[in-house]
Amino acid sequence: MVVDSYKVQRVKPMWKCLEPVFSRMTSRGQLHRLQKRSQHRASGRAGPEHDEEFVDILEERRRSSDLGHALRTFNPHPYRGAPPCSTADLNKAVLESQYLRYVAKEIAMETGSSEEDVREEARGILEEMSQNLQLRFIRLMGYTLTKVFKRLFTGIFVNMEGLGTLQQAIQEAPVILMPNHRSYVDFLVISYILFTYDIPVPVIAAGIPLAGMKMVGEILRRSGAFFIRRAIGSDKLYWAVLSEYVKTIVRKGYAPMEFYVEGLRSRTLKSVTPKLGMMHMVLEPYFKSEVFDITLVPVSISYDRVLEESLLAHELLGVPKPKESTAGLLKAGKVLQEDYGTMHVNFGRPLSVRQLCQGKINRCQYNSAPRDLPQKPTEEAQACVSWLAHLMVRIQDEGSVISPWSLMACLLLQAPMAVLAEEGLPWERLAERTLWLRRLALDCGAGLNWPGQTPDSDVMSSAVALHRSVVYRRAGRVYLLQQEEPARKRPISPEEAVMRIATAVLMLASYRNQSLHVFARPALLATALHITKSTQRDELFACFCFLQDVFSYEFILVPGELSQDFEEACVLLEKCGAVHISQQEVTLSDMGLEALSFLRALIQPFIDSYQVMFRYLSEEGDPVLTEKQLVPAVRNRATKLILSGELRTYEALSSDTLKNALSALQRLEAVTKLRTPEQNEYKVNSAAVGRIGDILSGTIPPQMLQTTPDARL
Amino acid sequence: MSCLNFNVSHVLSQLNLCQYLPFHRQEIMKWNGWGYSDSRFLFNKKGQAEFTGKRYKLSGMIIPGLKEWFEGTFGANLQHKSPPILNSSAVRPPTLNEAFVEELKSTGVPFSHDAEDRVFRAYGHCVHEIFALREGRIGRVPDLVVWPNCHNDVVKIVELACKHNVCLIPYGGGTSVSSALECPSEETRSIVSLDTSQMNRILWIDEKNLTAHVEAGIVGQDLERLLNESGYCTGHEPDSMEFSSLGGWVATRASGMKKNIYGNIEDLVVHIKMVTPRGVIEKSCQGPRMSTGPDVHHFILGSEGTLGVVTEVTMKIRPMPEYQKYGSVVFPNFEQGVACLREVAKQVTPDFYLIFSSGHALKPQVSSIFTSFLDGLKKIYITKFKGFDPNRLCVATLLFEGNREKVLQHEKQVYDIAAKFGGLAAGEDNGQRGYMLTFVIAYLRDLGMDYYVMGESFETSVPWDRVLDICQNVKARIVHECKERGVQFTPLSTCRVTQTYDAGACVYFYFGFNYRGLSDPVHVYEQVEHAAREEILANGGSLSHHHGVGKLRKEWMSETVSNVGIGMLKSVKDYVDPNNIFGNRNLF
Repeated sequence: MVVDSYKVQRVKPMWKCLEPVFSRMTSRGQLHRLQKRSQHRASGRAGPEHDEEFVDILEERRRSSDLGHALRTFNPHPYRGAPPCSTADLNKAVLESQYLRYVAKEIAMETGSSEEDVREEARGILEEMSQNLQLRFIRLMGYTLTKVFKRLFTGIFVNMEGLGTLQQAIQEAPVILMPNHRSYVDFLVISYILFTYDIPVPVIAAGIPLAGMKMVGEILRRSGAFFIRRAIGSDKLYWAVLSEYVKTIVRKGYAPMEFYVEGLRSRTLKSVTPKLGMMHMVLEPYFKSEVFDITLVPVSISYDRVLEESLLAHELLGVPKPKESTAGLLKAGKVLQEDYGTMHVNFGRPLSVRQLCQGKINRCQYNSAPRDLPQKPTEEAQACVSWLAHLMVRIQDEGSVISPWSLMACLLLQAPMAVLAEEGLPWERLAERTLWLRRLALDCGAGLNWPGQTPDSDVMSSAVALHRSVVYRRAGRVYLLQQEEPARKRPISPEEAVMRIATAVLMLASYRNQSLHVFARPALLATALHITKSTQRDELFACFCFLQDVFSYEFILVPGELSQDFEEACVLLEKCGAVHISQQEVTLSDMGLEALSFLRALIQPFIDSYQVMFRYLSEEGDPVLTEKQLVPAVRNRATKLILSGELRTYEALSSDTLKNALSALQRLEAVTKLRTPEQNEYKVNSAAVGRIGDILSGTIPPQMLQTTPDARL
Repeated sequence: MSCLNFNVSHVLSQLNLCQYLPFHRQEIMKWNGWGYSDSRFLFNKKGQAEFTGKRYKLSGMIIPGLKEWFEGTFGANLQHKSPPILNSSAVRPPTLNEAFVEELKSTGVPFSHDAEDRVFRAYGHCVHEIFALREGRIGRVPDLVVWPNCHNDVVKIVELACKHNVCLIPYGGGTSVSSALECPSEETRSIVSLDTSQMNRILWIDEKNLTAHVEAGIVGQDLERLLNESGYCTGHEPDSMEFSSLGGWVATRASGMKKNIYGNIEDLVVHIKMVTPRGVIEKSCQGPRMSTGPDVHHFILGSEGTLGVVTEVTMKIRPMPEYQKYGSVVFPNFEQGVACLREVAKQVTPDFYLIFSSGHALKPQVSSIFTSFLDGLKKIYITKFKGFDPNRLCVATLLFEGNREKVLQHEKQVYDIAAKFGGLAAGEDNGQRGYMLTFVIAYLRDLGMDYYVMGESFETSVPWDRVLDICQNVKARIVHECKERGVQFTPLSTCRVTQTYDAGACVYFYFGFNYRGLSDPVHVYEQVEHAAREEILANGGSLSHHHGVGKLRKEWMSETVSNVGIGMLKSVKDYVDPNNIFGNRNLF
């Protein structure tokens, strides 16, 4: 049964602490806050310290007419009472902008074509891109989504307080809605909610493949979507049109803008390193003083169960993703028959860019040249954009609501997979460990969706029942489900057997990933303790930094705040009773072995997978490889290692893990990307890769690897 | 505070009471407020606003609507009065340099160490200065006031000051709004205020070259009146011209509201004579332009009393205009108004028109004063028939000068352009009243202070493409900062475009708030103004268009002119005045 409203258990997360966000910037503020946090903990209040009221917005839809909802009087209050801006006016403003004139002139000079031709091309790009938001289509969308949502979900829970502050914020400054993206389903869910609550519906940055869908593309366009090509690369004109388009929308402020700072739908349900291009475009009107302020609203969308779960697992194992098509969407009918539990949409506290950027950006830098002149962003601006983008990802993470199933997935993955598939785990043991983990998660500040009024055993049982596509329960034991394939003629090969298990493991890993951010910092410290076997803070910190560097694409930490992250990890581990902390030392405590070994085991699959890649590359001897060759080759190697029993984790088969490892090597300058027009080729420095592998395995001590701050645009 | 905007030849016809400033200015002027002692706003027994005295056109008139505006805008209440505490006896006795005083006596130059004379010259018109005076808080004041009568007197005084190491602070009209007159608290030497008011003669008029040679202590209204008697004018009419002096204009790079026709002070001067500790600086001829290295006049223009005393200036003059016409245009909103000004600045040759706009002058606060002037029919016409939103209206006031034919031609041209931007001609009377409105603002501030309302204006110059953004952002910043600092009522935060240039405009911001309930309102005020200035700079505005830097804005000087720039200025100071005799410590 679904209750109308309930509270999410949550120990006050870091970003909602008393101090304003920006006080975090000073290291003193940080320490002060951490002390405060530890006092919170020391006070030892048993219950959650901060409850948030979530309301099921589908409840009313189930009771009243869907059509009535779609036709409701929509009376939003936009920013400064800004008049609505028609598509034609918006596009005209973009095309006639001084900025685009400059760029067109530049491109005409470079290519030798006429300025008129370039501008014509720009018009074409804009036509392909532009949204055409119309209330009629919002209503149509509302009607359709009500039908779909009611079928898929038992509830869509929204934090009403967040919605209230959003409504206020929208009247005061241009608002940027920054949701995470975990499923196609959430594409219009924010528009749907805002429509329901009389808040101006957003224009939404979407990937161009959606535009290609018959009918659907046009409906999305009229529901406010604008479409961006993938891999824009160095297409100067495209960048210019896009950025002027985005900036014009922000400046006019007649509708909020929604975009995914991660740039794409996360295939692993884990946060993705944010993309900076769009973020920069959105912030620039503030940097250049064209608006007084911009408000960023991080939105965390969390699912009990994701529609695309098996599709994603297959994709990660190298089965290509089906092209987005309307026919494909209709075929997905079968998917609509299943139960996907609940969805949580958590609107974060609106953040003022003006306040966040205080001391980080000197707006005077734009005073000596026309603001319309195309200019490379300064290092200061790039660093500020990168910092803000990472910050948003972190706040999205902290706002996400974690299901009991995600905790169970963490634990299930720590069992040997072959055992889990064949012999199963005792249910009682899993249940007991899950309750233990719940405490640990709460201590680490997670927001848990754990219904208080239902017995714990029922909560866990229904979580397993909801995920019968991954596990099943029989005779007091829990087993990993291996997908049945229709009538086979020949027996399956050992390699195929590995892939079958891998599909289920990767689904399980995705659900684990939903809570990974909660444990990331203490887990990295636990791993550092294990690798260094040291108690010295500075040694541990060096190793912590190294691990963060290597896994920077796995665990998204805010750049430039490593020492705060380290401090935070120390405080959290101490709170779990795992360590004692003094000025110089971090010493293990006997009480916390369970927590430490759990946390270490959480990181282990990543270490093992990366090591497979490192070993492969260091044995190859300075080769030049393309990504297309590398991933299958390492995957083959991993399969062999799994079969021989040398490798325990199936995650080494995931293309996402392998690509992240490659990106990390690039970042650590052990691999260099060669710019060739057709393919991305990589040149490998085997010795450097080997050295990183050795540090990771603890055979040579970690030295601080100097890398440049990650601020690409 | 220099926001008196009025047409001089028009208003001065009413001003026949006063000729020249007396030694003891406090006899006719307020020592703790703006302007003449007999002229002030007050609420009479019936609760109506009234302007006292006989000097101005508005004098003796009841101003309907002012009370409502005052109460509505600031949440002020006539019951809550904050009258000034008069206490001029709290002045510390002077620190006199006896040897200097002895020798000064022998020169015969008049001087005084009377407390009232000294206090009067210790302050300009910044809100914090006036507020402190009203509360009877008096800090460091000059120890002595001297009144040189001519250039040679100044030479003698500067020589004596150098000889006895006395600090000199030149004092002209006293209308500074940059804390330029404040005595540096760290100054241990005897401070002598050098009052130039007695050097107020036009020494000659050269009708062949159209120049006049004038002593620098003359104040604007006297200069204009005397030249008018001979059929000439300078056309330099800064808002403060009733009281500000020629030497002060030179020392701060002043700007007048008719600068589009006549130019700013730097365009008007042909020759400057200044007495410095190193001696007298002046050019050898009256050539209209020279290529002789960097123009040494530009070391003097804007030097804010840090290098010496300007004693005599040769200025360009023009025959008085044969024809003058006011005008006004109402725009549906500020954006359209600014767009129109920009277009006018592009198209119309600047020679014979003056455009002077009040952006947002008709936001509700001023509209009630204004609409009381505006006749009812027109109001209905504008708001009802044309669909103008009365809360967003904006008025531009215009003044055309020159020969009749040209004036009419330009007038038509300007109105045609205005029409393209949705502007409606709102009549000559409204134009004229627009000027009246702005000149009374300085007196209005004193009325505000009687009722817990503190207000100030400050200016900047900014490129055209940033005018709208800077207005929007600075106004928003003021409102935000007030809120953050516990100001209970939404402050008055508005702006005007007051000058147009080819490449940009001068923008004025007006800021006022009700300070009831605040323990240290001046501090709140200063913090807000500081934040507003930072916002101006971040938005590409300049540190100052014509008010100058003084001590109020000197923290931003090095980022404004670069460290090298500061070094250049300092090296000039080091050469000209190595012992810091001119020790007001303005600029850097």
